Parts: sequence; structure tokens; C-alpha cells
Amino acid sequence: MPDFIVEWLDRNDIFTAMTLMEYWDGLVTTVHLVFLSLIIGLAVAVPLAILRTVKNPLISGPIWVYTYLFRGTPLLIQLYIIYYGVAQIPGIQETFWWEIFREPLYPALLAFTLNTAAYTTEIIRGAIVSTPHGEIEAAKAYGMNWLLRMRRIILPSAARRAVQAYSNEVIFMLHASAIASVVTIVDLTGAARNIYSRFYAPFDAFIFVALCYMVLTFILVFAFRKLENHLLRHQRPVSS
Amino acid sequence: MFDLKGYGPALAEGAVITIELAFLSLALALFLGLVGASAKLSGSRVASGIATAYTTLIRGVPDLVMMLLFYYGGQVAVNMLSDYLWETREIDFFFQFDPFISGVVTIGLIFGAYMTETFRGAFLAVDVGQIEAAKAYGFTRWHTFRRVMVPQMLRHALPGIGNNWQVLLKTTALVSIIGLTDMVRVAEEAAKAERMPFHFFIPVAAVYLILTAGSELFIKWLDRRANVGVVQGN
Repeated sequence: MPDFIVEWLDRNDIFTAMTLMEYWDGLVTTVHLVFLSLIIGLAVAVPLAILRTVKNPLISGPIWVYTYLFRGTPLLIQLYIIYYGVAQIPGIQETFWWEIFREPLYPALLAFTLNTAAYTTEIIRGAIVSTPHGEIEAAKAYGMNWLLRMRRIILPSAARRAVQAYSNEVIFMLHASAIASVVTIVDLTGAARNIYSRFYAPFDAFIFVALCYMVLTFILVFAFRKLENHLLRHQRPVSS
Repeated sequence: MFDLKGYGPALAEGAVITIELAFLSLALALFLGLVGASAKLSGSRVASGIATAYTTLIRGVPDLVMMLLFYYGGQVAVNMLSDYLWETREIDFFFQFDPFISGVVTIGLIFGAYMTETFRGAFLAVDVGQIEAAKAYGFTRWHTFRRVMVPQMLRHALPGIGNNWQVLLKTTALVSIIGLTDMVRVAEEAAKAERMPFHFFIPVAAVYLILTAGSELFIKWLDRRANVGVVQGN
């Protein structure tokens, strides 16, 4: 850090270079956790959403149950069940899985991923189901088989319809990730809670972290607006 | 059939707290939403500016951070106010900021912002002719609002209110973090003490599931009733 910033920080009781580093590490953890769970969640949700639209109830039924359970209960409870629950699985403490799951980060990652995958599955399913029938008929008339139809026609068209709702889900996930601090992960909120308890300064600790989340939120909103503009270019009114 | 190891009554009390909290926050959120939407549509620059700042601010910050800020910060603010009043006016004023109040205020404020957007959209969906007709009848602004706008707007707002309520219900779990003994908190303590996480969290999850599923049915029923006079065009 440049010297004048260090000097200024030295005269400040709470926002010293050390606390700022703590916030920075928290920011890295938050971004890491949210990004990974969103990416894995999306990768899981696309095939699930496709299977959820299949007519066979033996395939779509279990997926419906999964999304219903995860969307109907609070994420906090899902996190608690996974975090406290994995240690209780008989025999897990002797396997290598225990090395992974004893760190709170992985149970949290699992809970967030399962939660976001459930919401995303329903978002994508909604978009797939509302594909205009004519597009599918046209694809059939061209002799495309199911896989090709899905890949070339239905999914790209569904992506356009899903992006708006998905951007809300991404922001929801960013905000929901704050509960990771409950299972001793030092994310942004966790850093704020540590700093609060060290200085007993709720306004400094939490307002600063609220501003950090706001900046992250606005970056995401901006990025998604760009993406939407890009995907929906063909719908833009002809400029005069 | 289900042995809750003596935590049953505590869990039931916790469930009642969760439900009370949810309904009180809903009432606050509906009130703030109506005020916010009216402010946004009032045409007054200051009022709509304040309402826009409110909704933007709330939607940028996680609910947990807001709750921690209100809970820890609220008490500090009350203490400061109390000191100030005592030193300057000799007024003895003190107020304990408990987790229940912080929970209601935070959840109410957060969902007030979402309700503002819901109500704003619903108000805009009311036919302008209706408002003109009310004016022609010599209704005052308040009368137009209460007799014409609100009853017609509610039908459009209902699906949005329903969605917000579902999310609100699940947000109430967060108050266990600031120490309110709702059912999540009781389950957490029981799970730690008995080392049986599934045994206590799954019933709590089931209660949430029943609440959300029940509300879904109720909202569908309300929606059908509200739209009785409307011919659905498809």
C-alpha cells in the first residue's frame, strides 16, 4: 500500500491497514464462495431443468420434489443440516471426505450450490416450457432430432427468457451468502462481525460492509444489463 | 411417534414466535410498501427521490447485514440518545432493543422495499379512467386513494404480495442468528446438545414447508376470489 494511505490509516482507530486486510480477505472468500456455487449450481441446473420438462413422471417427479424442498425451506436450515449433519454420517470421520468436510467452507459450498441449483432449475424450466411452439415445429420440420433441437433452438431461446430472472437469483445468492459467517467462515459479513466485536463499533463495522455488498450488487446489476442488451439485441426498437 | 427429547414445547413456542414475527413484519412491510409506492407515484420529486433511495439501498444490502446493523447498532443508538436526553434535558429515557423488535423492524423494512415495487406496478395497472371518474365525482385525493385506487390495485398486487410473503417467511430464520429463540434457534441448541442434527432440523424444515405450502394454497384461493369479476383473456 502507498505510504500516505498507511499514514492516514494509522491515525484511524478502526480502519487500520490490518482491518482493511481482514475485509479484503472476507471479500475474497465471499466472491469465491458465491462464484463457485453459482457456476456449479448452473451446471447442475441446466440438465435438471431439461429432465424436469420430460413427460415421464418417474424422471420429472424426483426433480420436482428436490426443487420444492429446497425452495420451501430457509437456506439457513439447509446449511445447518449439512454443516452439523456431515459429521454424524457413520464412518465418515475415517474417510478422506472428512478432511474436506471438516472445513466449514465445503458444507457451505454444498448448501449454497444445492439451493441455487433448485431455484435455477425452476427458472430454466419456466423458460423452456414457454418456448413458442412454432420454433419447435420449425425445428422438427427441418428434421432436427431432440438433442439438436434442444441445443440449437430451445436452449438459446430459453436463455434469453431466463436471463432476467437469473440475474435476480445471482443477487439473491450474493446476499444469502452472508449467512456463511454463521458457521465460522470469515466472509465479508464474518469480517464485519469480528471487527464489531473487537471495537464494539456497530456502525463502522456494518455500514462499511453494507457498502461493499452494495458495490458488488451494482457491479452484478450492471454486468447483467450488458448481457441482457447483448442477448436481446434483436428485440431492440429500430433507432431513427 | 417422534421423540423430541423434551425439546418439543420449546420448539412449539419457537414456532409461534416465528409466525408472530412473520405476521408483524408483513404488516409493517405492507404499510411501508403502500407509503413507498404512493411516494414514488406522488409526482413530488423529494418524496419519490426518498422512496427510490430507500428501495435501492435495501436491495443492495444482504438481509443479515441489515439485521446485525439494526440489532447491534440500534442499542448503541438508543444508548446515545438516552445519554443525550439525560445530560441536556434530564429526561430519563431508556429502551431495550431486543432481538424480536430488531427482527420485525429489519424484515419489515426489507420487504417494505419489495412491496413498494409490487404496489407501484399495481397502482399503475389501475385504469386512468377510474381516477378521472373519481375526480369528476369530486372525490378528494385521499378518498380516491382509499375508495378507488386501493381496492382495484389489490387484485394486481396479490401475486407479488404472495411471492414476497414466501420469501419473508424463510427470511425469519435469520433472527435466530441475533439470538431470538425462534424454532431455528431451539433446534440448533438441541442439535448441538444431543448431537442429533437431522432429528431436530428436519422437523423445523417440515414446519417451514407446511407454512410455505399452506400459504401458496391460500394465496391461490385469494387470487381466484379477487379475480372473480374478471374475464380471463387468453
